[in-house]
Amino acid sequence: MDPGILALQYLLSGITKGSIYAVVAIGFNLIYSATGVLNFAQGEFVMLGGMTAVSLAVFLPLPVAVPASVVIVAFVGCLLEILLFRRLRHHSILHMIIITMGLSIVIQEAALHIWDEKVRSLPYFTGNEISSIRFMGAAVSPQVLWVLGAVSISVCLLHAFLKYTLRGRAMRACSSNPEAAMLAGINTSNMRTLSFGLSAGLGALAGCVISPITMTQYEVGAPLAIKGFAAAILGGLGNPMAAVLGGLLVGVLEAFSVSKLPAAYSDVTAFAVLVLVLFIRPHGLFGRPAGENVREC
Amino acid sequence: MNWKSVIPVAILLATIIAVQGVTHALDKDYYLTQLTMAVYYSMVVIALCLVMGYAGQVSLGHGAFFAVGGYTTAFLTTHSFSPYEGTVWAGWLKQAHVFILKDDLFGNPIMTVTPWAAFTVALALTALVACLIGYPALRLTGHYLAMATLGFGLIVYKIILGTSWLGAADGITNVPSWTLVKGLTVCGKRDARIENYYIACGLVLLLILLLRNLLRSRVGRALQAMHDRETAANTMGINTSAIKLKAFVLSAMVSAVAGVFFTHYTGGIGPSEAGALKSVRYVALTAAGGMTNLWSVAAVSTTINFLSLRDFFGSYDNAVFGGLLIIIISVSPEGPLKPLGHWIRRVSQGRAAAKGVDHGAA
Amino acid sequence: MALLDVQNVHRAFGGVVAVNRASFQVEPGKIKSIIGPNGAGKTTLFNIISGVLASESGRILFKGKNIRGRRPYRIAEAGISRTFQNPSLFLQMSVLENVMVGRHARSRCGFASCCLSWPWQRREERAIREAALAEMAFVGVEAEGHAPAGSLAFGRRRMIELARALATEPELLLLDEPASGLNTRETDDLGELIRRIRDRGITVLLVEHDMALVMDISDEILVLHNGAVLAEGAPAEVQNDPRVISVYLGEDFQHAAAG
Repeated sequence: MDPGILALQYLLSGITKGSIYAVVAIGFNLIYSATGVLNFAQGEFVMLGGMTAVSLAVFLPLPVAVPASVVIVAFVGCLLEILLFRRLRHHSILHMIIITMGLSIVIQEAALHIWDEKVRSLPYFTGNEISSIRFMGAAVSPQVLWVLGAVSISVCLLHAFLKYTLRGRAMRACSSNPEAAMLAGINTSNMRTLSFGLSAGLGALAGCVISPITMTQYEVGAPLAIKGFAAAILGGLGNPMAAVLGGLLVGVLEAFSVSKLPAAYSDVTAFAVLVLVLFIRPHGLFGRPAGENVREC
Repeated sequence: MNWKSVIPVAILLATIIAVQGVTHALDKDYYLTQLTMAVYYSMVVIALCLVMGYAGQVSLGHGAFFAVGGYTTAFLTTHSFSPYEGTVWAGWLKQAHVFILKDDLFGNPIMTVTPWAAFTVALALTALVACLIGYPALRLTGHYLAMATLGFGLIVYKIILGTSWLGAADGITNVPSWTLVKGLTVCGKRDARIENYYIACGLVLLLILLLRNLLRSRVGRALQAMHDRETAANTMGINTSAIKLKAFVLSAMVSAVAGVFFTHYTGGIGPSEAGALKSVRYVALTAAGGMTNLWSVAAVSTTINFLSLRDFFGSYDNAVFGGLLIIIISVSPEGPLKPLGHWIRRVSQGRAAAKGVDHGAA
Repeated sequence: MALLDVQNVHRAFGGVVAVNRASFQVEPGKIKSIIGPNGAGKTTLFNIISGVLASESGRILFKGKNIRGRRPYRIAEAGISRTFQNPSLFLQMSVLENVMVGRHARSRCGFASCCLSWPWQRREERAIREAALAEMAFVGVEAEGHAPAGSLAFGRRRMIELARALATEPELLLLDEPASGLNTRETDDLGELIRRIRDRGITVLLVEHDMALVMDISDEILVLHNGAVLAEGAPAEVQNDPRVISVYLGEDFQHAAAG
């Protein structure tokens, strides 16, 4: 195959996977900004979205099952904030990481018991697994367009929400200065719940659109969380839009590493990115040095 | 040595012997197998205490050090170095008891490394890796450090999984037994069960005693000071970066020792030992035991690991660890036994408020 | 030669200049006080000298060697110790253990020796303990040895922090507002204690707001205003310096000096 087309193929595959990482990364950032918590269970929302949609699709038409699943998982996210995270507000960041890792394990186990260990997937939204569209010489599954479309539209809507609506600006206010936000009359509790709901819903949507391509299984959440976190760190923690760039970069790097390294090592790329960014430039490409690693008086 | 510090040692010794006696009496000697494995796992947890409870750093990748130790010894003692047999340096190494000739599965003689030499290499390699990772990682704080160690652990895991000469997904098996000194052999043979149980327990007891000495000394105070207020500790002359790194490397080496012994005991090792799930379990158990109390950590982690190995939790095994993490850290971050200890002390002293916080800790 | 020679030290946070090209010297064996209105940059200056913050320019010569840019623990080893505005005790440890931490820079046993508890390690541990007890007695807190540091009153914590700083065997001791929160009697005792510290051969540099104490014990006074050195000299000179008077509005300053 023409090397240029091969490269394009890798690029597209990388962007596809990368957009999922981007969504997870955005979810991380939303919750981190609003609550200061690094929610390790972020990847589980993606998993839950896909699995719920698969179950719903048994008796509901696909265009209903997917939005329904998004709503349900968003609701689960809100519940988690209200029942669990709200009570744990006084804990240190370290404690919260450990707690959310525990949460991620528990959710995985719950999923295992609800759905069993079989791999599932939603049917392709349009076409099937062998249909393909020609794009500048490369063959691309129509589902890829769904993925890119769904993620881009959600990201744009989110961006518009955060920048132009009152609620969105209130959320940004909460994240930069919670006390001032409270004094200004913003209900910071609701904002936190909202951030969880949004993250969960976004994650669920991503899980639905990617499931025909990568399959869904109770275990897919954890690696996604870590790669999504790598993306968030790369973009700069606290900056949801930079997370998109981070996600795409991680995805593309991963895709091209398959061409250089033995396939078994492809996962290592994302993890290596994570570790290297943390060592060299922890505030990522667009974050501000938070002063955390600097000696303070 | 005052008698107060002898009590926990005596209790632990008594428990160790009693457990062995009871299993023998009930004719359930096979329990000792999982107990021994659980004891080796709890070495990692105790080592984590040093890092998490005292130095205040979180490491979500300690399983990787256990695996580095175990895989190094497994590879060196099973891989055939026979192609080098004719060379001069191979001859020297054979004389130095580094290389040894033994029969492989099919009865053909191959040249492998002796367990003691492999052990030394494993320790050195682990120390090197821990320094390389620790030096940049320990300059990070809080969640950044946690993620860096997690990332490191995952990289090690994936590399092991993808490397054929490390056994890939199957791991390495047929690891030979290891004769420590005449009369003490680490191996999985049935009739050596009791002996190996005591080897493991002895090792853990030694570890606890050494760490206890450390924590009561100048270094221990420095660690606690650093954990409490890093800036003030620095201005009192404590090189906090160096101490964090040393504590980290020490705990990594302890984990590697556990890994080496474990591998010779069970006769093999698999990639799951390096996985994130194992590392998170270690953290869960450190938290469950109360991050600073070595005795309770040893007891809690051995018990829970034993139950887990015996499939006591069935298909909810992971959920138990996950749940442990959530509940214990939310409710009592310093471990469930600390409030219990306070209460006992209050009752036995008959006073309203417990004074002297640190008497019960190791 | 001056014990401490601060040359052209400068530090800004964003747009705010905390220390503005400050230069001054501290002679050995003297007690020097730094005064100035709140926000004048005094604690920042201490943080720079002790290595907690970096200066953007200049040099800091201690016993002739430039310590600017060194990490705090190296500066402690060199012989500079300090206390903090808010007593920074290690609350999870006992009082005695806190003071023993002060001996860290003057002791040596590392991980290996401490794990194995060799005889020389035990000897060193005893020496550390004795030195710590001695400092606690000097300062007057020897009775509270085993109490958890978090259980003590503010004034006592101050004293323990002082004992801890003394345990490092400093040649220069930086005290950050040691008299704040103390009543008149306690302040007098503090003044006496600082003199005794000076008599031991330790040079003292302190930041203070309590003018009575400052005028009473200082050999020299340095006035900081908006991060810059406004005046420096013997108490009488500084007290009569018109620039200083205008900055301080005069009354409090002259009352204390006269009283």
